[in-house]
Amino acid sequence: MGYPHLSHGRETPVISKYFGDAEARTLAGWQARGGYEVLRQALATDPVDVQNVVKDSGLRGRGGAGFPTGVKWSFMKPDGKTHYLCINADESEPGTFKDREIMRWTPHQLVEGAAVAAHAIYAETAYIYIRGEYTEPIARVREAVREAYAAGILGANAMGSGKRVDVHVHKGAGAYICGEETALMNSLEGRRGNPRIKPPFPAVAGLFAQPTTINNVETVCAAIHVLRNGADWYKSLSSPSNPKSTGTKLFSVCGNVARPGNYEVGMGFSMKEFLWDVCGGPPPGRSFKAIIPGGSSVPILTPEECEGAVMDYEGIQAAGSLLGSGGVICFDDTQDMVRQIARLARFYAHESCAQCTQCREGTAWTTKILERIRDGQGTMKDLDTLLEIADNMTGKTICVLSDSCATPVVSGLKKFRHEFEAKIPKNRSSVMVPSFTTAAA
Amino acid sequence: MTAPVAPANPGMVTLTIEGRIVVVPPGTNLIEAAKTAGVLIPHYCYHPSLPVAGVCRMCLVEVEKFPKLTPACATSVGEGQVVHVHSDKAREARKGVLEFLLINHPLDCPICDQAGECELQDYTFAEGRKDSRYMEPKRFNPMEDFGGDVLYVPNRCILCTRCVRFMDVMAKDPVLNVSERGDRAYIGKFEGRDLTHAWAGNVVDLCPVGALLSKDFLNRARAWELDRAASVCPSCSQGCNVMLETRDNVVVRIRPRPNAAVNQHFACDVGRMNYRWINRRDRLEYPVARTANALTPASWSEAVQQAAAAIGGATHVTVLASPSLSNETLFLLSRIAVHVGASSVMTMERGDEVPLPGVPDLSLRAERVANHTGAALFGSTESDAPLASLAAGDVLIVADAAASVTTIPDGVRVVVIGTVLHESLLPHVVAALPVCNFAEEDGTFTNLRGRVQRFLQAKAAPAQARPSYRVVGELATALGAGSFPPLAADVFAVMAATFPAFTGMTYRTLGLQGAPLPLLVEASA
Repeated sequence: MGYPHLSHGRETPVISKYFGDAEARTLAGWQARGGYEVLRQALATDPVDVQNVVKDSGLRGRGGAGFPTGVKWSFMKPDGKTHYLCINADESEPGTFKDREIMRWTPHQLVEGAAVAAHAIYAETAYIYIRGEYTEPIARVREAVREAYAAGILGANAMGSGKRVDVHVHKGAGAYICGEETALMNSLEGRRGNPRIKPPFPAVAGLFAQPTTINNVETVCAAIHVLRNGADWYKSLSSPSNPKSTGTKLFSVCGNVARPGNYEVGMGFSMKEFLWDVCGGPPPGRSFKAIIPGGSSVPILTPEECEGAVMDYEGIQAAGSLLGSGGVICFDDTQDMVRQIARLARFYAHESCAQCTQCREGTAWTTKILERIRDGQGTMKDLDTLLEIADNMTGKTICVLSDSCATPVVSGLKKFRHEFEAKIPKNRSSVMVPSFTTAAA
Repeated sequence: MTAPVAPANPGMVTLTIEGRIVVVPPGTNLIEAAKTAGVLIPHYCYHPSLPVAGVCRMCLVEVEKFPKLTPACATSVGEGQVVHVHSDKAREARKGVLEFLLINHPLDCPICDQAGECELQDYTFAEGRKDSRYMEPKRFNPMEDFGGDVLYVPNRCILCTRCVRFMDVMAKDPVLNVSERGDRAYIGKFEGRDLTHAWAGNVVDLCPVGALLSKDFLNRARAWELDRAASVCPSCSQGCNVMLETRDNVVVRIRPRPNAAVNQHFACDVGRMNYRWINRRDRLEYPVARTANALTPASWSEAVQQAAAAIGGATHVTVLASPSLSNETLFLLSRIAVHVGASSVMTMERGDEVPLPGVPDLSLRAERVANHTGAALFGSTESDAPLASLAAGDVLIVADAAASVTTIPDGVRVVVIGTVLHESLLPHVVAALPVCNFAEEDGTFTNLRGRVQRFLQAKAAPAQARPSYRVVGELATALGAGSFPPLAADVFAVMAATFPAFTGMTYRTLGLQGAPLPLLVEASA
């Protein structure tokens, strides 16, 4: 559903079906819409069977990495240890706001999804980690959890099944890096939100050093629908040409576009149709210059590259980018790409956790160079330096924040090099940096 | 997934590092495995005594069949792995890290205490870029006093977090943290806390660059001007292995020397700071003997003869020996005591015991002497009032005992074997024999767990002072208690042959890591 705009006929609203429907927010309203029936059935089912249905559906993680959800769940064995489920509702990737709408309109969908997923991994406790800026979603989910406890849906005897399911809502303090799964666990434990070295992987030693599964909000919500309607139904929602990407995906569209918002379409949807029809294309009188299809960490695409692409994990990869979190950022022909990329780099420089050398120093250095070019103080040599720094920042750190900063720089320089060059004063080979003024800024 | 490889050496892991076959126990990380093959994998945040952080990314190496470079510190060895430390890819990665570390690092090596023993300097020299591409202003943060002996220079900090981990995990006194994020990050100190923990000084050694400095050593010497001698800390009975660092015959710094069985890589602040007495200038520099009613300089043989004559003619002899003397000297004193039927007593300075919680059995011990175990082995007993039974006609041998020798009854004669001559003793002294302190001679201490450890000479003795074992040996010979060799190693050999506790030990077998007394090993087996 294209909330806040009207639903488009080409959408396949599954998760977003009740966006804009205020009644669905309450427990009564959610139950009237069939809510918690999946949980009731799941609690009576062996976790392995739940895992298998999700495995068969081909559902993949919606947070960005796209790891098969059923497979991830199947790492969790009944080994007598305490298991934990973490729901990643940090949604800190710039350009992404799908989970926000899920939590605002259908908080019970998330609570149900979390409870089902917890059961599927032999966990009794689920933590929903919501970013601190999401004040309304936090309030909605907290209220839903309260209602669910009051109705006996959660607690020591969840829905009369005799099984314990606890759901806790944790408010983050506002750090991009806490959306990284191991940093999120550190943050939940009360530590500084620094990503951990893997191994050990969370399925072996995660939250409080116990086996832990971490899922995105959209993933566990999709899992409810998979379990309600079956794996084959879920697969039928997406293009049959690519069995590796199944079901529907929520895309958050923002930037210079006629109808920004959340749109849910089947995997394999034509990107051309999506951008120019479903989202209404660029604002009147303008044209698209660049599209970031999966949140700010993925390579930038040109409109030409988008036209032939299909929207699923493999399709966007074939077009030269990644599906990521589904945050589509549109830039029209009035945008200055150097300024936009410098702004993105500044974001990453600000959010680097400061553990790894390449990230701590590289993100800040990249930002300084980009901003110098933006301000007309760059040299041609800077462009090569930027690419070499980006190379040194890629694939060498604990988490991928460093890579995420390098990605838009590399793809931006490749596709919009003329804009960078246009800002560099002709024939300038070296530059006197006004160090005293910039240092104070 | 490939089938597991049958181990070439059962119970061990066999792999290839830089073309060399390495066999190590399972679970060993690649840095330690490479060390066994003599290959140094450059690193900053990794430290063998601290938990792995994996943040500096300096130790990235290429492992065949791995998709990406892998941090050697956080990667366990695998059967059949082929590791490349100096491949182009790994070298390029390190060059990148060095460039990143240097963009905000001041090039103030000429005024930095760490210069010469700085890992950033060393690796940059070995494989860094020769120029900088960084044109922007460098990050600046002011110096901060961290309390205790530690000064923090944030501009030089590479945020390896060794100091933070040491205080958290080893000292279990979390004072330090990483504050801020991104390139604004620095090592912060929790509000109202200071690095006053008795073991906090170790963060200065752990710092791979010049970001944490010792106030005591600040601007005292350049690292390359120092001479170093392996030694054992004399400040308590733990026996931490240390390095005595001297410049122009003056001890300017004591730093820990790794010994997994005693102190790992650490030493406490009390031990580090307690070196000024070693350099004191008011020493007894030449032998003196009593002629008529005055003490006058004498030759060594005159002074020894006079001491021997006094001891030989005594009603009773008491040996008051410092429990911080070496085993060798205490052994020879015991030969004198046995020969003349003397009683041996000692006094001990005591303080609070302060453990380093992260290391088992490592503590600043309550007994603030180096060798009370050895002293006891050689028959010395501790006494609160060691001189109570002295009577006229007795001889007291004061062997380097700082002892609060206050009131000595009339008619008691005193033989001093020491580094200094206490004024209170002067009226009683018949002969005073100047000896080296522990930094000026070779020897061994036995720590409180019965570990015998060697210390080597670090500086020259003043004037005519001689090694204590030699002086006591000559005195013993003059008394007819036997003849003893003039070198520490040989005295040790005689001692090992005489005292079953030391059976089989030699300086060679002790090496520089020491060994537990054979009887103790037997008892615990």
